Amino acid sequence: MTVEATDTGSGPPPEGAKAPTIGNRVQHVLHAHPSLGPLVVLVISAIIFDLINGRFFSAANLSIMLQEVAVIGLLALGQTVIILTAGIDLAVGAAMILAQMVMAGLALTSGWPVWLAIAGGLVVALVTGLVDGLLVTRFKVPPFIGTLGTLGVFTALGLLYANGQTLTPSAGNFLLWPGNLIKIGSFSLMTGVIVMLVLYLIVGYALGRTAWGKHVYAVGDDPEAARLVGINTARLLLSVYVLAGLIYGIAAWVQIGRVGDASTNISSTLNLDSITAAVIGGVSLFGGRGIVLGTLFGALIVQVFQNGLALAGVQDLYQQLAEGLLVIAAVAVDQWIRKVRT
Amino acid sequence: MNDGSPANARKEPVLSATALRKAYGRVEALRGADFELFPGEILAVIGDNGAGKSSLIKCLSGASSPDSGEIYLDGKKVTFRSPQDAKDAGIETVYQTLAVAPALDIASNLYLGREIRKSGLLGSVLRHMDIARMRREAREHVNRLGIQTLQDITQPVETLSGGQRQAVAVARAAAFGSKVVILDEPTAALGVRESAQVAAIIKQLRDHGLPIVLISHDMPSVFELADRIHVQRLGRRAAVLSPQTHTMEDAVAIMTGARAA
Ligand SMILES: Nc1ncnc2c1ncn2[C@@H]1O[C@H](COP(=O)(O)OP(=O)(O)OP(=O)(O)O)[C@@H](O)[C@H]1O
Ligand SMILES: [Mg+2]
Repeated sequence: MTVEATDTGSGPPPEGAKAPTIGNRVQHVLHAHPSLGPLVVLVISAIIFDLINGRFFSAANLSIMLQEVAVIGLLALGQTVIILTAGIDLAVGAAMILAQMVMAGLALTSGWPVWLAIAGGLVVALVTGLVDGLLVTRFKVPPFIGTLGTLGVFTALGLLYANGQTLTPSAGNFLLWPGNLIKIGSFSLMTGVIVMLVLYLIVGYALGRTAWGKHVYAVGDDPEAARLVGINTARLLLSVYVLAGLIYGIAAWVQIGRVGDASTNISSTLNLDSITAAVIGGVSLFGGRGIVLGTLFGALIVQVFQNGLALAGVQDLYQQLAEGLLVIAAVAVDQWIRKVRT
Repeated sequence: MNDGSPANARKEPVLSATALRKAYGRVEALRGADFELFPGEILAVIGDNGAGKSSLIKCLSGASSPDSGEIYLDGKKVTFRSPQDAKDAGIETVYQTLAVAPALDIASNLYLGREIRKSGLLGSVLRHMDIARMRREAREHVNRLGIQTLQDITQPVETLSGGQRQAVAVARAAAFGSKVVILDEPTAALGVRESAQVAAIIKQLRDHGLPIVLISHDMPSVFELADRIHVQRLGRRAAVLSPQTHTMEDAVAIMTGARAA
């Protein structure tokens, strides 16, 4: 790997008598650009998988990978904003499933106009975020515990509301809009993927360019310091959880569109997958560090490994193994670059 | 109780407090502490470790709220519910813990909580920051204060030395304090040259008419800088001394309780 070759000179030059070692320079570059590591991993692993199986870079396969990544990418986006505040959300999947059942239920069972049903689902998702946010800010419950509790609550509510049904919108229903495919030659781009990318741009902008974003990083970095400089930390955290909830609601819609129906029978690993994507993407679980672009790379890496290993004919078991090793490696790298000093 | 030099007797204090009490669980950090800061003066606050100096200024800066007692700003009773309230009133503080965000760069830290926004809707609605202007003004500001140790304004604070971090906190308070600047041990981690620089900044602020509260264990610099010295002992104000009429030995004796005030 030639990470140091991409040094743009923005990493602070280490001063003093000691000449910087290559390790030092890599550490500094990664410290300044924490999403560089995941990008390198993404590119290299994609190339290796293509060498193993030439179908990897085929238009059909790329299309499928992007479709697969849309939902988890959105969940990981909400998760990332929460992790940046040194929090964690264990209820992402449950919140999404609940919102999804409400959307489909209101439209198909209760006969609401589809747009109103979608809005209703988004409001429910927003409320799940509000509940988590109030637990963390008003009742001072640690995010890990609070969202562990709401994981159970939201899961149960989703199951109760769904009542064991699978709701299938008929073709052309606006609920399925995110699943529409846009043909570009032999490549087909799902509308939901565009939705995801737009949301990444919006959240990336808010985090990087607005005062709100600075405060997210400051609160995650050192909440007491943030309070002392005059940031209303409770209000900020609440806004973060509500935003995350809204994003999970949009993920719910994309999920209905991609799968073509709404059921509670969805992978139970969504929570951990969203955390995995963020962590592999260089977002520090200690808060205050990382960017959403890294999370996008992280989500893509997980997808590339699952898809690439499957194409290579490797068992599921090894996909899990690879994912686990990636997480450990990412956390180890994070610990290392956090020690950076000039 | 001694109420300071006669010159101040006729003036109204800018910031004052009466009978402040603050308990942390069983520990009584403040037991009826009084406080007075007069216009244009440097007031040093000295006292043993645990005497309640930081607890006192945290009440004055809105970082914590006293269990009882009153605080007056320009003679008017004030209640600070948050640090932001005190900041809005013009009180800027360097905390002993510094209160900086390590992962953010120097410019971001200087403007944390009061980011300069772009003009127009972009700034007012989206709170879009004018990063270039913040960096430019941060650099100018640091230069004006003569803080040479902060070279690259875009450097993350966590890569700075302890003394440089302290310089960031001091620069922030100096930049935005419009009524009172409070410094809780601002030179604790500083070398000789940097301490002298902070002393110069304190004088510079005083010369602009800003009253300053300086908490310090460094007796020589306290006696050099201060107009009056508030001695804190066991959660109360034990005495107010003047560097002209008292010696360092007097101050230490009162501070440690070896002699009554
Ligand atoms: N947040 C807190 N929780 C519990 N006890 C506290 C807290 N803050 C201060 N105390 C206690 O209150 C007392 C006064 O502390 P304070 O920090 O005000 O002293 P200080 O005069 O600033 O001391 P130093 O010179 O060491 O900074 C001490 O006994 C301290 O242990
Ligand atoms: Mg103290």
